[in-house]
Amino acid sequence: MNILTAFLLVFAVAIVLGVLLLLFSHLFMVKVDPKMQEVRACLPGVNCGACGYKGCDDYASAVAEGTAKPNLCIPGGKDVADQIGAIMGIEVETFENKVAFNACNGHCNATDPIAEYDGIQTCYAASMLYGGPNTCRFGCLGYGDCAAVCPTGAICMSNGIARIDASHCIGCGLCSRTCPKGVITMIPQDTKTVVFCSNTQKGADARKACKNACIGCKKCEKACPNGAITVQNNLAVIDYDKCADCGICVKECPTGCLKTVFFPHRAEDTAIAE
Amino acid sequence: MESFKTLMIILLSSVLVDNYVLSRFLGICPFLGVSKKLDQATGMGMAVTAVMLIATAVTWPIQYLLLNPLNLGYLQNILFILVIASLVQMLELLLKKFSPALYSGLGVYLPLITTNCAVLGVTINNINDGYSFIGSMVSSLGCGLGFLLAMVLFSGLRSRINDANIPAPFKGLGATLIAASFISLAFMGFSGIVENIFA
Repeated sequence: MNILTAFLLVFAVAIVLGVLLLLFSHLFMVKVDPKMQEVRACLPGVNCGACGYKGCDDYASAVAEGTAKPNLCIPGGKDVADQIGAIMGIEVETFENKVAFNACNGHCNATDPIAEYDGIQTCYAASMLYGGPNTCRFGCLGYGDCAAVCPTGAICMSNGIARIDASHCIGCGLCSRTCPKGVITMIPQDTKTVVFCSNTQKGADARKACKNACIGCKKCEKACPNGAITVQNNLAVIDYDKCADCGICVKECPTGCLKTVFFPHRAEDTAIAE
Repeated sequence: MESFKTLMIILLSSVLVDNYVLSRFLGICPFLGVSKKLDQATGMGMAVTAVMLIATAVTWPIQYLLLNPLNLGYLQNILFILVIASLVQMLELLLKKFSPALYSGLGVYLPLITTNCAVLGVTINNINDGYSFIGSMVSSLGCGLGFLLAMVLFSGLRSRINDANIPAPFKGLGATLIAASFISLAFMGFSGIVENIFA
């Protein structure tokens, strides 16, 4: 008899709670735009913010409302842009892949620290103490703030500077926004010629700070047949709209801060860490 | 029915002396898991406080109006778990509808409270201590506030631990657990205080 009451009681409570839950879920249902969910399903889910929205959810609802363009997801690339375009039934404009590039070649063999830094081991903290322990005030500090935020683990610290593996870079730009020195820039994937320096000091000072620095000698500016290179603030700057990747400037550069590079396309196994 | 003085003793002793996390070691999972950032810790603490209050308001009548008259005290655990789990689900639906900002802020922590032993512990202990309905509500408010206090204190401590230069073997969970034990030790200093405050 006691068992029967116990059974009935638990059963009754469970039924009441079940009915209540059912009622609640019907009464307080929140309508979700099905298009937003479809768009959200295509997105990679890195929540990197490269699109300019707070996260993938935010961007998806903006696309579903029609206020955002479908080609803003940089980690997703052209595939995702095309998928979103198909869902929304709109034409997708051209999509250009970008990769992160560390414009500093001040590795341990090229530059010496002026002080020994023993504080919190992050670039952000180090840069707050007189701009960091490097001789060069502009260069990579090498404590790996960028490597810590990279969602795909494409950045490793090697010989005192950040090295970015372009084949695993999804172009989200998190590292570029994290770097307190601003040496990481986002450049087009098909770039062949780069300036491997961010130092805007005058030639002699830049040379003293780092063996690999751009000294602003203007040899590249004179040699470039297309007028793509200009020296601004003692630092060579390449206009990628004019650059024809001829490589003449690379041969002319006396310090080797102009380099010919090749950014491999993204590897199939690039995985986004949770 | 407890007097005002008794209620204050219940409140203060459940916040400081019998702190659920630091003295009774219940609800350690969210204490270690969600205390990395101050805002998350505060959100979790508030959510747990709210759920404790609602759960007590529902389970106290169940115990005294259903289980005791029917002599089914042994069903306490299973019924309370059932009720708390459903309550959290309902609260989740309500929040989703009326406060989407809070809902997305709490995120996964709200469903996690379903299986939080501190909530079950509060409801069962209220019955075991023989509190009246008002006493039970005050006690669960105190336990919730105690949980919030522990979370906030510990999240502050953890942000300092993260910035410190810790020997490699203690990095991560090791240093965290040691710090938790220190806070727990510090809270032992409160024992015996509360009864004498109102003397």
